[in-house]
Amino acid sequence: MLGPLLPAVPFGLALVGLLLPLRARRAAAALGITGAAAALLIAVLLALRLDTAFESSVEWISIGDLQVTFGVRIDRPAALVALAVGVVALAVQVYSVAYLSEDDRYPPYAAQVGLFTAAMLLVVVAGDLIMLLVGWEVMGICSYLLIGHDRRLPEAPRAAVKAFLVTRVGDVGFLLGIGLLGIAAGSFRIADVLAVVGAGEIDGAALTAAGLLLLVGVAGKSALFPLHTWLPDAMAGPTPISALIHAATMVAAGVYVVTRLDLVFLVADPARAVLAVLAAVTILLGGLAAMAQDDIKRVLAWSTVSQIGYMAAALAVGAADVALFHLITHAAFKALLFLAAGSVIHAVGTNSMAEMGGLRRRMPVTFWCMTIGLGALIGLPPLAGFWSKEAVLTAAAGTQGWTQWLLYGVGLLTVAVTAWYATRLWLRTFFGAPRSTPAEHAHEPPAAMAVPVLLLAVPSALVGLVIARGFVEWVTPHTARDWSAPVAEPGFTGVREMGHVDASTLVPITALVLGAVAAWLLWRREPAGDPARALGPLRPAFARAFWLDELQHALVVRPVRALARLVRRVDETVVDGAVEQTGRGTVGLGGALAALHRAGLPRAATAVATVALLIGLAAALGVLT
Amino acid sequence: MTAGQVALVATLALPALGAAAVALVPARADRAGRVLGTVFAALALVASLLIYRPDGGWFGYAPANRASAVRPWHELDLTWVPGLELRFHLGVDGISYPLVVLTTLLTLLCCAYTVGRSPGARPGRTLVALLLVIEVGVLGTFLALDLVLFFLFFEVVLLPMYAVIAGWGGDDPRAEAGAHRAAARKFVLYTLFGSVLMLVGVFTVVAAAGTADIVALTGGAGLSRPVQLAAFALLAIAFAVKSPLWPLHTWLPDAHTQAPTVGSVMLAGVLLKMGTYGLIRVAVGVAPEGARWAAPVLGVLAVAAIIVGALVCLAQTELKRLIAYSSVGHMGFVLLGVATLTATGLQAALIGNIAHGVITGLLFFLAGAIKDRFHTGALDDLGGLRERMPALSGLLGYAAIASLGLPGLAGFWGEAFAVVAALRRGGPLWTTLAVIAAVGGALTAAYFLRLLRRVTHGPASPVVAGAGGAPIAGVELAAWAPLVVLALAVGLVPTLVLGLAQGPVGALVEAVR
Repeated sequence: MLGPLLPAVPFGLALVGLLLPLRARRAAAALGITGAAAALLIAVLLALRLDTAFESSVEWISIGDLQVTFGVRIDRPAALVALAVGVVALAVQVYSVAYLSEDDRYPPYAAQVGLFTAAMLLVVVAGDLIMLLVGWEVMGICSYLLIGHDRRLPEAPRAAVKAFLVTRVGDVGFLLGIGLLGIAAGSFRIADVLAVVGAGEIDGAALTAAGLLLLVGVAGKSALFPLHTWLPDAMAGPTPISALIHAATMVAAGVYVVTRLDLVFLVADPARAVLAVLAAVTILLGGLAAMAQDDIKRVLAWSTVSQIGYMAAALAVGAADVALFHLITHAAFKALLFLAAGSVIHAVGTNSMAEMGGLRRRMPVTFWCMTIGLGALIGLPPLAGFWSKEAVLTAAAGTQGWTQWLLYGVGLLTVAVTAWYATRLWLRTFFGAPRSTPAEHAHEPPAAMAVPVLLLAVPSALVGLVIARGFVEWVTPHTARDWSAPVAEPGFTGVREMGHVDASTLVPITALVLGAVAAWLLWRREPAGDPARALGPLRPAFARAFWLDELQHALVVRPVRALARLVRRVDETVVDGAVEQTGRGTVGLGGALAALHRAGLPRAATAVATVALLIGLAAALGVLT
Repeated sequence: MTAGQVALVATLALPALGAAAVALVPARADRAGRVLGTVFAALALVASLLIYRPDGGWFGYAPANRASAVRPWHELDLTWVPGLELRFHLGVDGISYPLVVLTTLLTLLCCAYTVGRSPGARPGRTLVALLLVIEVGVLGTFLALDLVLFFLFFEVVLLPMYAVIAGWGGDDPRAEAGAHRAAARKFVLYTLFGSVLMLVGVFTVVAAAGTADIVALTGGAGLSRPVQLAAFALLAIAFAVKSPLWPLHTWLPDAHTQAPTVGSVMLAGVLLKMGTYGLIRVAVGVAPEGARWAAPVLGVLAVAAIIVGALVCLAQTELKRLIAYSSVGHMGFVLLGVATLTATGLQAALIGNIAHGVITGLLFFLAGAIKDRFHTGALDDLGGLRERMPALSGLLGYAAIASLGLPGLAGFWGEAFAVVAALRRGGPLWTTLAVIAAVGGALTAAYFLRLLRRVTHGPASPVVAGAGGAPIAGVELAAWAPLVVLALAVGLVPTLVLGLAQGPVGALVEAVR
């Protein structure tokens, strides 16, 4: 009963909010906060009262012989993710009231955040692939609207379009993948699809194709290489939106959907192999790019790319529950980090870390919250990220074959990289001397911003400690593979145990310490300078993320534009030209024929006389010679 | 006569009577004439709603004893010209009914819009009368169950539309003088060219089968293969011109760009549907073997239309022209659905038809509102609309998002399921077509977002910041609101359209197989 309300309540309130006039700030804030709070409340009730997974569905429409249903499918992972979404959405709504206090377009903004939340919750509870697709794409359009919100940033509209288009390109694959699955099952209901997959009634090639196509969509939404390019640019959106996109919606949706359709990927081996490669590249790429950014939000954005890579790595080794675990902890600490970064930006008036420094004394609350967030990000025990990242590494180490050394190796290396860039951010922002006048006069944000940050610090610190041990037992009876006929789990043979600590745990901790100390040593040598200088010639490559953006522009955007211009010209000159010429030709032909018949008497007489004269002359000449 | 038959006749007769009545109104009572026409349009909408047959339920196509695949809810079969064996045969079923309601609704909205916003120098009541004549032709086309009657109604539309474009079009001061007349001429000549082929096609069928009754003919009733191939080719080209299908589309951008707002709305909203409806009901229904033979060609052209339409839009610089070309792409999806000849594809085509009528109708209304205010449709001159007119810019955003096929809004079902239907056909050709069409969906998003970025985002351009940003008038809201609501309603409850069509489409696919 509660399930359908989860997306419906915020959706209804958001629709009302969209119709509010621009001056109705208070009403908009009330609607937005109520929607998020209601969603959170329903999610809590669901999580508490959910003993067995359940599903309800009615027919939505049948198109030909394909059934599309409308219904919810709620299990513990769904309830848990909904909980995370509710918490982050509420924090973002409350925070935004203060953060956008001077924005005259706040009411549509609040409504769009509500719609965004509703769309994500729809993805979370959807029991049908088409329903899921609705939430999936509405999220895309909300991100487009919100990233383009800030009128002061000239790059915002462009970043917004980019975010939607890159994910939409991914969605081409997603739609086709869903189509293949739906066609195979004759229904788009997830339970039906999984039943067919579990029973092995689907053609192997079709399943592999479907898995790969779904991955394209997941890569777009979850910003996996090579479709990650929109995420850093999406920083043009207001900071609370970054928190929303990075922590609980958009990027989480891709990972969540893979856990939802876990079985498809377990059976389709090639799809998992591809996912493993994408995950490895994404982890490292995100980490390296984060090392050289100066914009504080961009560091966090690239760190999201990297952390999503970890989740994808867990998925690639068949450990969906581990991926979910990291998704939850990441939601907590990434929301905290973005909102705390927003407080810093609010105080200093710039995103550039070059103009920060020494904020520890002026903003102690923000400093400590940020410290907890960064600690969780790098996996410092016993903060949230430590448990989940450890679980990912353990799962990767537990596989066999090339994915083992690839994912574990890259994951371990990136632990050091993460520690390095997080330490750099920490030191550059909060330590040393202030490097600009606003930084000297920085102050703590108003309560509406400080409180959500403080409250998010709690789960960022503790969520891992609390749920690590029981997580598998609590979640496993509900994961997708247990919904349908049991299948063998190819590949994954490792022990999936979270919250266990033994000697092997020392390896990532060592990497962490190495990375952090390296950054600290570099900073100590020159506190006003940027530790990134040590990257030397690699620095521009990291800062530009290996020019993949430029590559995408040169290989996709410009050719498409050129093709568009060409096609337009061809359409106007050749296709339409043929039509116009047919018309003109007909008119011309008619005119010529008409002219032939219209010769006047004088001209006709002259012509006849001339010809007669010529003949006469010729005859006369003939006689003479 | 049963109540249903009365409603059927009233739907067709009311706009005709209205047109005659409005034409007789003297010039000094121009406004009264426009109001009178609107009343008749409203009555026609009511009549069309009354056609709906509640006792048959959503799947009502009752007379099960009839062998044909076309089982109308109501029909009216009168002898018309006995000497030529012409019959006045009307009927409605789940395939035509949504289109009938769409037509009466859009005509009403256009008439009401004309009441509130006088279309410049020429008399508004004449425009209303012409709109009503167009309505008669379109409704007749959707209701006719006799091939010759179908052809006649098909042709009724042509000249009033010519008059609307030539008489009331071309409000762009910078366009060369007479451009609207040239566009109107092109529209009429191009479509006439299609009509000639259609006439030949109709008489090929009638001569070979000895009847013009669509009910009897559906399923290919005894037509030999060569006749079917010839008939399908002729009819398909005729409908392809009207739909329009690439590469027979070039009359459309000119006509749309030059037509007045209500003309564009009627053109995109209902006139194009005559082509796709004809293709489903007449071409596929009467010559199924021809359809099977030509399906791959049709599919390839449909996908070409999707891609070409999207790419041209991506390089387009004029608002109305862009929306016109977007129609080419959208109708490409509809035709792809038809080309698959599966129940899924045909249903996708039907809902795609309705969605396109609603959404593109709304887009043209909004484009008209922008051109009314700023007197330009050039994307280079517009910009920053949301700074100046947030509500109008929000509506444009909504319409654009609906048009790019966002799931949850009306445009999604037709496009997504055309792709799924092609995928479903399987095989290398159709799979490739499905993939390319899906890529076309991404391109559609690209050009609509480019449009929004140019028109609504950024700082207000001099033109937008300058004079003339009148707030949205009541009559505009009244004309737009039903379309806004429908775009969401059809998106959330597609059964509104498809529930009616399930039975008839199933029967048609059975007959065609």
